[in-house]
Amino acid sequence: MEKSFLNKKPNGSPGDGAVVVENIVKHYGSNKETVQALRGVSFEVKKGEMFGIIGPDGAGKTSLFRILTTLLLPDGGSAIVNGHDIVKEYKAIRKEVGYMPGRFSLYQDLTVAENLEFFATIFNTTIEENYDLIKDIYSQIEKFKERRAGKLSGGMKQKLALSCALIHRPVVLFLDEPTTGVDVVSRKEFWDMLKQLKAQGITILVSTPYMDEAGLCDRVALIQNGQLLSVDTPQAIIGQYNRPLLAIKAQQMLRLQNDLKQYEDVEDCYPFGEYHHLVMKAGYREEQLRSFLEQHGHHSAEVCTIQPNIEDCFMALMKN
Amino acid sequence: MRTLKFLLQKEFRQIFRDPAILRIIFLVPVIQLLVLPWAADYEVKNIRLSVVDHDHSKYSRQLREKITASGYFQLNDYSSSYNSALHEVEKDRSDLILEIPASFEKELVKEDQSTLFMAVNAINGTKANLGAAYLRSIIQDYNREVRLKWVQFPRFSAEQNIEITSSNWFNPLLNYKYFMVPGILVSLVTMVGAFLTSLNIVKEKEIGTIEQINVTPVRKVHFILGKLIPFWILGLAMLTIGLTLARVIYGITPVGSFLTIYCFAALYLLAVLGLGLLVSTYTGSQQQAMLLSFFIMMVFILLGGLFTSIDSMPAWAQAITKINPVSYFIEVMRMVILKGSSLFDIRYHLLTILGFAVVLNGSAVINYRKRA
Repeated sequence: MEKSFLNKKPNGSPGDGAVVVENIVKHYGSNKETVQALRGVSFEVKKGEMFGIIGPDGAGKTSLFRILTTLLLPDGGSAIVNGHDIVKEYKAIRKEVGYMPGRFSLYQDLTVAENLEFFATIFNTTIEENYDLIKDIYSQIEKFKERRAGKLSGGMKQKLALSCALIHRPVVLFLDEPTTGVDVVSRKEFWDMLKQLKAQGITILVSTPYMDEAGLCDRVALIQNGQLLSVDTPQAIIGQYNRPLLAIKAQQMLRLQNDLKQYEDVEDCYPFGEYHHLVMKAGYREEQLRSFLEQHGHHSAEVCTIQPNIEDCFMALMKN
Repeated sequence: MRTLKFLLQKEFRQIFRDPAILRIIFLVPVIQLLVLPWAADYEVKNIRLSVVDHDHSKYSRQLREKITASGYFQLNDYSSSYNSALHEVEKDRSDLILEIPASFEKELVKEDQSTLFMAVNAINGTKANLGAAYLRSIIQDYNREVRLKWVQFPRFSAEQNIEITSSNWFNPLLNYKYFMVPGILVSLVTMVGAFLTSLNIVKEKEIGTIEQINVTPVRKVHFILGKLIPFWILGLAMLTIGLTLARVIYGITPVGSFLTIYCFAALYLLAVLGLGLLVSTYTGSQQQAMLLSFFIMMVFILLGGLFTSIDSMPAWAQAITKINPVSYFIEVMRMVILKGSSLFDIRYHLLTILGFAVVLNGSAVINYRKRA
């Protein structure tokens, strides 16, 4: 691999990743009421990878991003971004990373063009110099360039924020929940844009609470309560799922769920769209399940075996 | 340098796009200077007087006429019962009661002395104090007049008399507007300098733009300068508007030079900008910054010698005025505008304000951590 190129530092950083996180700990609050945001998180993101951090609200995603973008100091552990230590060499990191916070944080009273120009200037570059990188994204909002950023729609704001985060051609791009609160079409468009950026060789770390977006990443880390549950490719995470999984639908869904939780071969049962997903113990018997359902009056129950998706895996990991 | 230029450009664009800020900067000084000097008047006029006359003599009538002719008093009622006069005070229709005893004229003529009684409604302290003092001096004046009539010239008066005449230096007509306008100008400059700055910085915190700035290689010093310079310029612009208005409306032309005023103001603005910066480091929302600023401004103005003389404050309050930059600027403004003090005369003030600037900005920079 390109080990020699990346390990240009004399004492050698561990691994050849664009981002190497080791045992990061962060807590908030005073002694009385401490909130553990991150409890020893470690992972490594390879150069040019699209890495997803998937987890529910409050899992610690934003804290992790703020630490990696040098906005927050960790209470323990260390991390290296593009070969620079996040604490000692924060200045170097700020030149080389792009960060798009979860909340729209551009100047609402400046126009689209002024915002972009402003961020280009403070990174000591010009729009022209890196226009090729943002062209596909910026061209979609260019016709509104005289409009103030605060007056843009959600999807356009997001495109502008991405343009501003990219204007200095960052090596690593951090996107904190970029698709939260964005409609389905814009979400899809956004992920297409990310794919193009990845093709340009930019390492992308993206966090999201949406499980369906996990499958679009090269690798994902599932995070909950400040701890990583699993770091792997989406396929491998799904591959590790080793229990029979059923989808089930009946007339009275709530009663169905409560009844099924009483059944001895059922490990977990949770709603999933119009079905319930039913995690069974290995070696369950379908006839027994059906007669159990009949006994409890779920006559027209519809049961079929399904392939697990990333959300099922997450649910399973959370249970353990 | 290029970064700073763009930060300044951005800052000015934002300021000039915010109609509320523009209004504050240009309308507030105009309104304050148009209205306040007329209302914030030390002179007490229209003191409502109740005269209780038990004498109904020529002398008592003369005294009454002399009092009402002075222009300070309005005769509220003229009765012969103290209780009815007190009732007027209770109804807040009267501020002062003057009671003339039944034998006033007789005693004055025969025994060469008489006593008057004065009761003051002390709800409004200033009015009570000044009203009583005015009345006392009018009565003394009356007393002298009466005596002069009796003394036959050229016979030498047996009674010794010291008469005091005074002349008012630097403000010959004791025009209180000359005194108020410079002070009001100071409070305006302070508002722009300290409070618009803190609100501006806190706004960036509140809407999260500071996060976006913090992940860029922008240097701390550039960011802070980018915030301070625009308000430094606006503060001086406001001072210019104020001085122009003072000239046009009140005909106040500084006896001293404009250079002295601007030199001091430039330094003073550095100090209050530092204060604004400090406030912004302690607050997280515009609301907090607003309330904290309001509190500080109240203390500064009330303990700054704008409305009340610092020399008559208790010792502890005088100690506070020593650490109140506003009091120094008010004093300097009055010195330069009324007395024509030069830079050399205000050298200690300059040094003190320089000290404030260093301490306030220093602690603000220490407090302002780019990394939370």
